[in-house]
Amino acid sequence: MSLSISLTLNGVVRDIVLDDPRVTLLDLLRERLALPGTKKGCDRGQCGACTVLLNGKRMNACLTLAATLDGATVTTIEGLADGDALHPVQTAFLENDGFQCGYCTPGQIMSAVGLIAEGRAGDDPERIREGMSGNICRCAAYHGITRAVQEATRRMAAAERGDAA
Amino acid sequence: MKRFDFVQPASVAEALQVWHPGAVWLGGGTNLLDLMKGGVMLPDTVIDINRLADLRGITTLDDGSLRIGALVSNAELADDTGFAHDFPMVAEALLSGASGQLRNAATVAGNLMQRTRCAYFQDTTAACNRREPGTGCDARGGVDSHTAVLGFGDACITTHPSDFCVPLAALDAVVEVQGPDGAREVALRDFHLLPGETPERETALQPGEIIVALRLPADAKGFAAHARYLKVRDRTSYAFATTSAAAALRVEGGVIAEARLSLGAIAAKPWRVTEAEALLVGHAPDAAPFDQAAARALDGAVPSNDNGWKIALARRTAIRALELAAAGTPERMPALPASPFADQNGDHAHV
Ligand SMILES: Cc1cc2nc3c(=O)[nH]c(=O)nc-3n(C[C@H](O)[C@H](O)[C@H](O)COP(=O)(O)OP(=O)(O)OC[C@H]3O[C@@H](n4cnc5c(N)ncnc54)[C@H](O)[C@@H]3O)c2cc1C
Ligand code: SF4
Ligand code: FES
Ligand code: FES
Repeated sequence: MSLSISLTLNGVVRDIVLDDPRVTLLDLLRERLALPGTKKGCDRGQCGACTVLLNGKRMNACLTLAATLDGATVTTIEGLADGDALHPVQTAFLENDGFQCGYCTPGQIMSAVGLIAEGRAGDDPERIREGMSGNICRCAAYHGITRAVQEATRRMAAAERGDAA
Repeated sequence: MKRFDFVQPASVAEALQVWHPGAVWLGGGTNLLDLMKGGVMLPDTVIDINRLADLRGITTLDDGSLRIGALVSNAELADDTGFAHDFPMVAEALLSGASGQLRNAATVAGNLMQRTRCAYFQDTTAACNRREPGTGCDARGGVDSHTAVLGFGDACITTHPSDFCVPLAALDAVVEVQGPDGAREVALRDFHLLPGETPERETALQPGEIIVALRLPADAKGFAAHARYLKVRDRTSYAFATTSAAAALRVEGGVIAEARLSLGAIAAKPWRVTEAEALLVGHAPDAAPFDQAAARALDGAVPSNDNGWKIALARRTAIRALELAAAGTPERMPALPASPFADQNGDHAHV
């Protein structure tokens, strides 16, 4: 059984033929499209390492069947920067030590981008911790992660208001 | 994962037609895919229902009730301003469940239909009557905190894991179902079945039936000013309930005119005892016999394994949820779930 899907991946339309409906979005990205930035931690929805934006919303790629994605828009960590200019969340993670080993980081960053777009946490650390709880960090870099999300939230809000951040 | 056929029907009629024994509906996939990866569910056909436009949308009906499409995501519902205003404890329960990512994918119907988190159910090498009838129940005498203290039987001692369903039971939600024999409705309180001798039968849904919507009656809005969901768990966030309670009061002229109390994670269905609710009517919210109501709600509770502690914890959870409801729904809803770092008095206060 082969299935054809067409999706917009990091801004580029991709036509993909799946030979097997069991392929998850995570395996599609990592094993077939040479985009290993999205990580596999648990493969069961429990760690958040595989977080991507699907139609603008953060989702676990390990629990998403690729076959369901005809017409979808997917953004991965590889699609976040604008050329050499990092996304404000990426910059904030660097500046605030938002990681140690870095394994959970792509998922943390994608989740933070999704959380900021949801617009319900603001720069309140308590709400950020709650909003980021779907991303486990084995190195426990949570302090830096929370600060990075706070700072990125403020900078992005300032940029939106038009003052230079 | 075992190999399966994948189909994407365009209408409910087509979906019902392609269903056959061995086929499953795919909503957000957050429970189904997990169980398929573990070999716990082995469908031969996965029917992706996400193209069924009839299953989307939130609409107020002529009688004032709210109809929520089966495919509305847990996040979309909780974040709907009107919904959170009218049914604050339902939004609070939704947002206490899973994670931001999972709630974006998880659907209303999938949440109702999610399977138990019993460790032995998920381990295909263990005996489990629910997964494989007649094999036994390794949770009895095993180590698992998702066990019941009410409504269990020799065959199965597990609980239903949903947060969402707990306030839905309290508010008399109705499940709209379609099947080969037409449409019908099931009260949410009758939707999940106690295990009895047939733990493999988990819900009132018949083979081949699909949930199309969920309805909340208009009068459920009357509790909006005094309604809370309280969840006790092993860690601050992103964990299933150890015990939980949805408590709602309708206050008129300074006294409780009507009360609702539903308890989670202690039985295979949300546990609601109307006699317990009746004990609160006529009392001032700050002097009502919450302890008696909680004790009545847990009448008959007994340990099913090494979980006698759960009876006391569930009683205290119920009392505290009632106290929180009496204090009034916080201005900013949903309030944050418990955190040892939080300001316990401001709008963060929860547990
Ligand atoms: C790590 C993790 C943590 C979680 N924590 C919590 C928690 O704290 N609280 C909580 O309540 N939940 C929690 N969940 C469970 C989560 O809420 C459920 O997985 C989710 O609600 C299921 O919805 P879905 O749309 O993804 O369902 P699916 O996985 O698509 O389906 C689940 C079941 O429902 C059936 N189904 C789907 N749609 C229909 C329909 N329209 N009609 C009939 N049957 C249907 C499917 O066939 C399947 O059997 C957690 C899940 C994970 C993975
Ligand atoms: S408690 Fe129920 S789900 Fe758990 S092992 Fe026993 S029969 Fe299976
Ligand atoms: S790999 Fe997807 S949540 Fe862990
Ligand atoms: S930085 Fe190592 S797991 Fe998070």
